[in-house]
Amino acid sequence: MALVDVRNLTRIFDVSKPWLNRVVERREKSYLTAVSDVSFEIAERSVYALVGESGSGKSTIGKMLVGLLGPSSGAVEIRGTDLARENDAAKIDAVRRDIQMIFQDPFASLNPRWRVRDIIVEPVAARGGNTDGMAEKLLEQVGLSARDAGKFPHEFSGGQRQRICIARALASEPKLIVCDEPTSALDVSVQAQVLNLMSDLKDSFGLTYLFISHDLTVVQHMADRIGVLYLGRLVEEADPDALFDDPKHPYSQMLLAAAPQLDSFGRDVPPPTGEIPDPINPPTGCAYHPRCPLAADICSQKRPEMREIRGARVACHMAE
Amino acid sequence: MSDPVLSIRDLTVEIPTRHGILRPVDGVSYDIAAGEILGVVGESGAGKSMAGNAVIGLLNPPAHIAKGEIRVRGTRVDQLTGDAMRRLRGKEIGMVFQDPLTSLNPLLRIGDQLTETMLAHLDISRTEADRRAVAALEEVGIPGAAERVGSYPHEFSGGMRQRVVIALALCAEPSLIIADEPTTALDVSVQAQIIALLKKLCRERGTAVMLITHDMGVIAEAADRVAVMYAGQLAELGPVRDVLTAPHHPYTDGLMGSTPLASRGKDRLHQIPGAMPRLDALPEGCAFHPRCPRVQDACRVSPGPRIEDGAGRAACLFPMTREAVA
Repeated sequence: MALVDVRNLTRIFDVSKPWLNRVVERREKSYLTAVSDVSFEIAERSVYALVGESGSGKSTIGKMLVGLLGPSSGAVEIRGTDLARENDAAKIDAVRRDIQMIFQDPFASLNPRWRVRDIIVEPVAARGGNTDGMAEKLLEQVGLSARDAGKFPHEFSGGQRQRICIARALASEPKLIVCDEPTSALDVSVQAQVLNLMSDLKDSFGLTYLFISHDLTVVQHMADRIGVLYLGRLVEEADPDALFDDPKHPYSQMLLAAAPQLDSFGRDVPPPTGEIPDPINPPTGCAYHPRCPLAADICSQKRPEMREIRGARVACHMAE
Repeated sequence: MSDPVLSIRDLTVEIPTRHGILRPVDGVSYDIAAGEILGVVGESGAGKSMAGNAVIGLLNPPAHIAKGEIRVRGTRVDQLTGDAMRRLRGKEIGMVFQDPLTSLNPLLRIGDQLTETMLAHLDISRTEADRRAVAALEEVGIPGAAERVGSYPHEFSGGMRQRVVIALALCAEPSLIIADEPTTALDVSVQAQIIALLKKLCRERGTAVMLITHDMGVIAEAADRVAVMYAGQLAELGPVRDVLTAPHHPYTDGLMGSTPLASRGKDRLHQIPGAMPRLDALPEGCAFHPRCPRVQDACRVSPGPRIEDGAGRAACLFPMTREAVA
C-alpha cells in the first residue's frame, strides 16, 4: 500500500478585497485556486518529486501533506489516516509523528536565539521524549561535529544550517519528510553535498521524500517518480527516464526545452511564448491551451482527464 | 580583433576592517570585446558581483579599488569622480540587476523612467525620447508597447519587468551591459526568454555583456567565454565550450561534477569537500588547496599563476590538461 494517497486534492484561497472595498467598488468576492483536483500516490521508501514554476501550487500541496493547511476538498491519506477528518486524537498524533518538513531557507527556519542542541531535539522534547545525547548523534549523522550542539545558528554557513534542519527533521524518526526546495538557496558544490546526504539518509533510515523543486536537473537526479504541475493542476506524472526522454504533455516538453543544459553551447532554440496565466481567472478547459502548440477546439472547452500513456499519466487531449 | 570594450587589468578591491584588509576581488584581469558575452561564474562570496560593481563604480564604502585599471573603450574609469562616473553610467555602461522590482521606481510610469534616462544621457528632444521609449519596449518584446508606456512597474509580471529593466539599460545605447544574475529570480520558461533576448540584442547591436551568474547552464547557453572565480581570484578563463567540457582548474572540474546532469544518471554527485574559505581566513598559497583533490606541496606555499587575458587559462600550478570535446 502507498504511504501517501492524495485524492482529488483542491485548495482554494479567498483573495477578495476587504468587505468595504467590495461594497464601494461593487466587486464580487474573488478566489484563487492554488491546487485543483490533484491525485497521486507516494510509495513507501521512494522519492516523489513535484516540479513546476512559481504559482503552480507545489508548496501548497506540501503544506497540505504535513497538515499546515487544510484541503478545500479532496483528501490526503497517510497510511490510511486522513489528518483533516480523523477524530481520534491518538491516531492523529501517531501519524503526525511520522511526518517532518525541511524548508527552503535555512536562515529563516532556525530560531537564532536557540542553541543547535535545543533546535534539533525540539520535535522529540515537545512530546516529552528522552533526548539525552540525541542532538550529538544526529549532528554526526548529518556530517557535522558533536561539538556543534552548543553553538548558535549564526555560527554556521548555509549548507551547514540545512544539515541542522535535516538533523531536526530526523529527530522524531519520521517516515515521510516533505522537502520544500531544500537546496534552492545553496551553491552548487554545497547543493551536491546536501543532495548526497539526503540520498544516504533515505537509504539508512528507510525514509520517503516528497521533494518539491523548480530545478529539473535536481529532480531528475533525486526522484523515483515525478509529477509536473501547471497552474495548480497535475499535467503529467512519470518516471524520471520516461519524463526526460519522452515527455508527453506539451507543457513538460516546453519546460524541458527551456531548461538550460550544460551541453547546449550557443543553442538557438526559439524561447517559449507567453507566460503563466492569472490563477484567479484561469483559462477554460485545459489551463495550458492558450500557449499550447497542439491546442484544438476541445482544449478550451473541456478539462482533460488523466490518461495512461506508456507508463505515464498525462492530462492532455492531444498527447499520444 | 579590435580594441576590447571593457578591459580590466589586475583589479583589486579592498575592504579595510578592524581585523585587517579583506580582498573580495584580488588581481583579476579580463577583456570583453564588442558583441561578446563573457560569463562570470562562481559561488556566493567569490567576488563576481563585486567585480561588476567596481566596473560601474557602485562599490559601497569602505570597499574601494586598491589597485589595477578598468578601461571602457580605452578610457580609464576607475579614477573618475562621482559626477563624471554618473555621466558614464547609463550612457556607456548599462546595468541589469537580479530583482527587477527593486531596480524600477514604483512611483513612475515606465515610459517616464525610459525618457528620463535618455534625456539625461542623449542630446534629443522630449518627443524623440517618447518615440524611442516605445521603440525600446517593442525591441525587448513587450506586446502593445505604445499603450504600456503609461503603466506602472507593478502592473507587469516578473518577466515583463525584467524586459523593462533591459530596455532601460539599453535605451542610452551603452557599449557595455553588466547583467548581475538577471534571470535568477525568474521561472525557467521566462529565463529562457530573457536569455534569448540578451543574446539577440548583444548580437544585433554589438554590445559587450558581462553576464554574472551562478548557473552553469545559463553560462553554457549564453556565453562566448567564461571566467570562473574563486575566493576573489580568477580560477579559469577561456572559451565556454573548452572550460565546461575540459576544465583545466580542479575547482571548475569540481563545480561541473557537482551539477546534476541527465547523462550521469542517479550516481552520487561529485562533492567538493568543505566550503569556500572566508575572506578573513584565506589559506596560504593557492586559495583552493585545502579542498583540492590534486593538491601538492607547492600549492600550500605558492599561489597559482595569475591569468593575464589571452595568456594562460587556469590559475593552477598543476592544471589538468585535457582536450575539449568537439
